[in-house]
Amino acid sequence: MSPKQDKAAEPKFGFETRMIHAGAQPEPVTGARQTPIHQNTSYVFHDAEHAASLFNLQTFGFIYSRLTNPTVAVLEERIASLEDGRGGTCCASGHAAQLLAFFALMEPGDSFIASNRLYGGSITQFGKTFKKFDWRAKFVDVDDPQNVRDALTPDCKAIFVESLANPGGVVSDLEALSSIAKDAGIPLIVDNTMATPYLCRPIEWGADLVVHSTTKFLSGNGTSLGGCVVDSGNFDWAQNDKFPGLAGPEPAYHGLNFYETFGDMAFTTHAHAIGLRDLGSTMAPMNAFQTILGCETLALRMERHCENARKVAEFLEAHPAVAWVSCAALPSSPYHALAQKYLPKGAGAVFTFGVKGGYEAGTRVVENCEIFSHLANIGDARSLILHPASTTHRQLSEEQQQAAGAGPDVIRLSIGLETLEDLIADLDQAITAASR
Amino acid sequence: MSGKIDHDSYSDATLRNLLNSVKSVAVVGASPNWNRPSYFVMKYLQDKGYRILPVNPRAAGEEILGEKVYVSLAEIPDSFDMVDVFRNSEVAGAVTDEAIALKDERDIKAIWMQLTVRNDAAAARAEAAGLQVVMDRCPKIEFGRLNSELSWGGFNSKVISAKRRKVRIG
Repeated sequence: MSPKQDKAAEPKFGFETRMIHAGAQPEPVTGARQTPIHQNTSYVFHDAEHAASLFNLQTFGFIYSRLTNPTVAVLEERIASLEDGRGGTCCASGHAAQLLAFFALMEPGDSFIASNRLYGGSITQFGKTFKKFDWRAKFVDVDDPQNVRDALTPDCKAIFVESLANPGGVVSDLEALSSIAKDAGIPLIVDNTMATPYLCRPIEWGADLVVHSTTKFLSGNGTSLGGCVVDSGNFDWAQNDKFPGLAGPEPAYHGLNFYETFGDMAFTTHAHAIGLRDLGSTMAPMNAFQTILGCETLALRMERHCENARKVAEFLEAHPAVAWVSCAALPSSPYHALAQKYLPKGAGAVFTFGVKGGYEAGTRVVENCEIFSHLANIGDARSLILHPASTTHRQLSEEQQQAAGAGPDVIRLSIGLETLEDLIADLDQAITAASR
Repeated sequence: MSGKIDHDSYSDATLRNLLNSVKSVAVVGASPNWNRPSYFVMKYLQDKGYRILPVNPRAAGEEILGEKVYVSLAEIPDSFDMVDVFRNSEVAGAVTDEAIALKDERDIKAIWMQLTVRNDAAAARAEAAGLQVVMDRCPKIEFGRLNSELSWGGFNSKVISAKRRKVRIG
């Protein structure tokens, strides 16, 4: 039942060491210690032969920043290291990361299984926009693994869940889902945005790909959009004929077979050389730099985020005007046991609650807050508050909203790093004023 | 000597020392086809200053990357430091025995078997004969990893260092 052990020869550096150092040795030409911002589009070739080698993917190096950029590459290795993956591909946003992850796996007419409790924006991307590529998302309640087994079909190419779902504190049973995916010969893709690799490392529980919106806790200050796909390097893309994009001849590279040529580096190579090249959803170097800075303090911030969030949740649960709190850190949560297994260091900092008085009282709480910012983001140093049904989850039907834990009376909090007593006092006055 | 080397994991220092000491590599199973993995590796190693000596009976007499292709290790007239094996694990045993037989005459120091290629019995024979053995690895990936080039592609090199390294331009 314990996570998979690493078998590397070198002493494995701790999480905090890697969040500061991974991917970023001193710049060799100048000695610059902090990662330079390579605000640059294109890279000079030594000669025609070198250019040909780069275009043939025969040597490592930079061609054009739509594919790879030295600053972005530091963040890619940083996140891949924190997730214990083989490689990372950064891109413009979390949504871009999801598109990039599926792009390598899916052909028109293929399907995949996704949790019906995903973040509302993901449900809309998968259920509506992906339809235009003839990619078919099947949303199921993954709390019962049998639902996932029942939904499997021969054209199914992946299972997609969030380790900790946005917004309602839902925790996925990664080990059980990984076992189903392995039996079916398809990858398990886990969105680890809410947990971050500090709280949960899905690859240790059998996930094959991990996606992130780096906009959230990884960057940490609400400055920079970004996404990342981390490949574990563990999936055998040639075990069946489901993944011709990775294990068949690639027409855009004269019949090159990515899996045969690049082995456990195939997915990440493909995601840059085909995915970013043709989808064009590149991360900006400045955003990569801001996110690199965020990663340097990730562990410290997550500890405080989680501690503040748990204490705010406890306060709300005891508040007479609060109807319910849905937070996996609380023993009252049906996901508390799964949180203790998969998120032993803390159940994240985003959770939901409802006040007595429903929708009307809920919107008044949001408007009455002074310190909590009313906006559509999570994972900021600032505490944030939102009414999902009228904003982030607005595109969903009421049934989908309920399933996603974003019904009409739901208020979402993303707890920041301010003084705990100030956060509690702000919510207390907002709730009291709303209940009058 | 045999039985003491852990072929499940090699230290960075072991691989770095080997790659820094080797200058010429005979590549058994060398393909003349530009989009085959062996060609990728030969091209990369040649760019980094290694002399590559292709071995492939089916391409004998042809040239790969400007180097004559040989029928066998024994046919190579010059000395070479390392044998890189692009054949399956079983055939790697016979290649290893050929290298052991030639090791003094050609001054061979090491046998490197590519990713997915592993033959522990052959490795034990080679180590007993004084040869260094690396299995189930790729010299291109390891060279790139240890010199920060693999990192350019977003890969987890697992190398953590605050030292300013010397630049090897490639």
